Amino acid sequence: MGRKLLTEHINVEGIDTFDVYRKHGGYRSVEKAIKTMTPDEVVEEVKKSGLRGRGGAGFPTGMKWSFLAKPEGVPRYLVCNADESEPGTFKDRQLMTKLPHLLIEGMITSSYALGARTSYIYIRGELLYVLRILEKAVAEAYAAGFLGKNILGSGYDLDLHIHPGAGAYICGEETALLESLEGKRGNPRNKPPFPAVSGLYARPTVVNNVESIAAVPVIVNEGGNEYAKIGIGKSTGTKLISACGHVKNPGIYEIEMGVPVEEFIYSDEYCGGIWKGRELKAVVAGGSSVPILPKDLILKTAAGEPRLMTYESLSDGGFVTGTMLGSGGFIAMDETTCIVKNTWNFSRFYHHESCGQCSPCREGTGWLEKVLHRLEHGHGQMHDIDLIVNVAKQIEGNTICPLGEAAAWPVTAAVRHFRDEFEWHVTHPHEATRPGAVYHGGLVLA
Amino acid sequence: MAKITYDGIEIEVPDGTTIMNAARQLGGKLAPPAMCYYTPLKGSGGKCRACLVRVAAGSAKDPRPMPKLVASCITPVQDGMVVENTTSQQVLDVRKGIVEMLLINHPLDCPVCDQAGECDLQNFAFEHGISTTRYEEERRTFDKVDIGPLIQLHMTRCILCYRCVYTADQLTDGRVHGVLGRGDASEIGTYIENVIDNDFSGNVIDVCPVGALTDKTFRFKQRVWLTKPVDAHRDCTHEKCGGRVTLWYKGNDVLRVTARKDENGEVKEWICNECRFDKKETSDWVIDGPAHIDRSSVVSANHYELPVLNQQVIADMPESTMRELAQNPPLKLGGLNG
Ligand SMILES: Cc1cc2nc3c(=O)[nH]c(=O)nc-3n(C[C@H](O)[C@H](O)[C@H](O)COP(=O)(O)O)c2cc1C
Ligand code: SF4
Ligand code: SF4
Ligand code: SF4
Ligand code: FES
Repeated sequence: MGRKLLTEHINVEGIDTFDVYRKHGGYRSVEKAIKTMTPDEVVEEVKKSGLRGRGGAGFPTGMKWSFLAKPEGVPRYLVCNADESEPGTFKDRQLMTKLPHLLIEGMITSSYALGARTSYIYIRGELLYVLRILEKAVAEAYAAGFLGKNILGSGYDLDLHIHPGAGAYICGEETALLESLEGKRGNPRNKPPFPAVSGLYARPTVVNNVESIAAVPVIVNEGGNEYAKIGIGKSTGTKLISACGHVKNPGIYEIEMGVPVEEFIYSDEYCGGIWKGRELKAVVAGGSSVPILPKDLILKTAAGEPRLMTYESLSDGGFVTGTMLGSGGFIAMDETTCIVKNTWNFSRFYHHESCGQCSPCREGTGWLEKVLHRLEHGHGQMHDIDLIVNVAKQIEGNTICPLGEAAAWPVTAAVRHFRDEFEWHVTHPHEATRPGAVYHGGLVLA
Repeated sequence: MAKITYDGIEIEVPDGTTIMNAARQLGGKLAPPAMCYYTPLKGSGGKCRACLVRVAAGSAKDPRPMPKLVASCITPVQDGMVVENTTSQQVLDVRKGIVEMLLINHPLDCPVCDQAGECDLQNFAFEHGISTTRYEEERRTFDKVDIGPLIQLHMTRCILCYRCVYTADQLTDGRVHGVLGRGDASEIGTYIENVIDNDFSGNVIDVCPVGALTDKTFRFKQRVWLTKPVDAHRDCTHEKCGGRVTLWYKGNDVLRVTARKDENGEVKEWICNECRFDKKETSDWVIDGPAHIDRSSVVSANHYELPVLNQQVIADMPESTMRELAQNPPLKLGGLNG
């Protein structure tokens, strides 16, 4: 059994209330940080921990914190990104629902480290019930003196606000989030300037994912070095993986970094294998935007090494034979899954969610979706397959924000690894549109 | 000051200058195309991606190339920066792709579009695009809407450059139109059918790079290249309007009034709606002389100065066009009735 740093007490009755959470060691990190550490010492521990951003990009959190500009007399902000909307990713929701105080504790300790006196949690609009849970927890924290003026008599003041989005995936992109938080249309900003210099209300701002912030209390309590002992190489600590698709036991697992993918899929401690006794066909390992991999490449790298659940191992082989850990949205697909249909479905999502600011993404995502729709429905031609790869390449790297890449990668990867399936849709349009018919490994399953 | 190399040419510009504006100092023809950036409008740029260039060396201090192409209109120069515009094949290829993206849902109804002849998209497509399309899907269309008695919005032609939004934000009190919706369903709109009604609203027509916002008092009156631009002024009583305009004549009739534009096609001075829509008699104005129009599109060939075409375009030009151009060199702009 791996260690559970975040979710150890997740099933304790009443853990969502302040009293029970406190009884189980809650808010110790706030006391320790505020009473015994300088803000810079907290940042130092987070640096030592090797914690990498859990929102998808995996940027080292301690480094991000140390980049925060600190001009005299200018307020700075910590903003928690709780917009979680990437298909396949649903870990933050669970964490906030069950352990609201863990996030709030993390927000207080992190705000103290950054010198923020006003902080925000920007939560996905659809999660209104979670917002209510958080609001209740925040009120409890104020009442207990962990938020508000003069926290624990230290002279440190902090206000924490929770702000719901209005149902746009793009508002999870950090600068779109800041625009939205300012009350504007959620269009991503051009960078530079980066939020660390000019973020919320043009002030220095750190944006971090829910899970990143939730990891801060344990790092402060146990020390960065202790945290860094878990995991392999630059993938330290534990990671929440939301497993879904055709596994026996879908759900959220806190794993120690470094668990082999094969073990994660097949062992009873985690997913328990593929459902209905079927065979694994492909995996999207880190949320819908990361490249899909066929079974052989997700279980083993191209060099034949076992693939591990770490940033490095999953991206071994680059995009030719590898993928990314991303946000930890693990989608398994069995042999009855049509890759063309799945790719079209992902494309439909990105088309729907593009903010429409920059021409390659605005126009390209729609184009991809339409051609994929035709391919899936038996109206495609051979040249359409190269066309979608080319259109994806025209988007990739040429846009304001990474949604462009997020829309392009699933398409290029699907064609890279499953071209025969796309071709079969073109050559066998009638079979391809027959309900239930799926092409898999050179055979047509009825 | 920062010294940069742009397509092999060295130039020194003040710190903080964008690559685009540095390049424009070398002469508008050498600068990257701009479909959304507009100097007078704060915050504009970065959206259309037409101006992407390659930074082959970031600065003297850190001479590594930048990993992605950058939008030249919003990227400030660094001392020692090396920028490639038309000298980079990657830039030219990506730009072809941008033209393609801007056109897949564009109606291409130039023959009936009032913007034809002074359309940035036409020029951009002609100079940087390819003449075939790979797009087989249905194009997105919108209904035309009148936003008030003076301006018509033809959303199908809009390229979402946001210029009109910035114009309204920065020029008028209380913007009533904006971008609604998301992705390729985004549209310029007033949410509830609203009138854009303020003294400076007409300027959105001038900043619109395409024929999405048009002057209803000029609609379908004449192709622009058959009209004669003449600079004129009047004592405008509006405090924010200098009354310096361009009148567009057909014979002795003033068909429309616009703001004056500089060599980059940007408005020099905003004008009020009274000057634009209500003063259409020669007697309203003091004539300053023919307007200097400097355009590179062949659509303007009938009238404007000899188009300067870049090598790439000449290489790609169909032989028939070359022959025609050689036989009928475009005439220089004549006098009022020339
Ligand atoms: C289109 C798009 C959507 C995103 N959605 C989220 C999200 O829902 N939650 C999140 O934490 N990060 C999201 N991100 C990443 C954020 O921009 C940002 O990198 C992250 O919040 C930083 O936090 P971290 O360093 O703790 O990972 C998204 C990025 C993009 C481009
Ligand atoms: S890449 Fe897409 S989502 Fe991102 S800014 Fe451009 S249009 Fe908007
Ligand atoms: S906006 Fe320009 S390209 Fe579009 S129809 Fe009008 S003239 Fe043609
Ligand atoms: S209407 Fe014209 S100015 Fe406004 S966004 Fe569209 S193209 Fe740009
Ligand atoms: S002009 Fe630079 S992105 Fe549009």
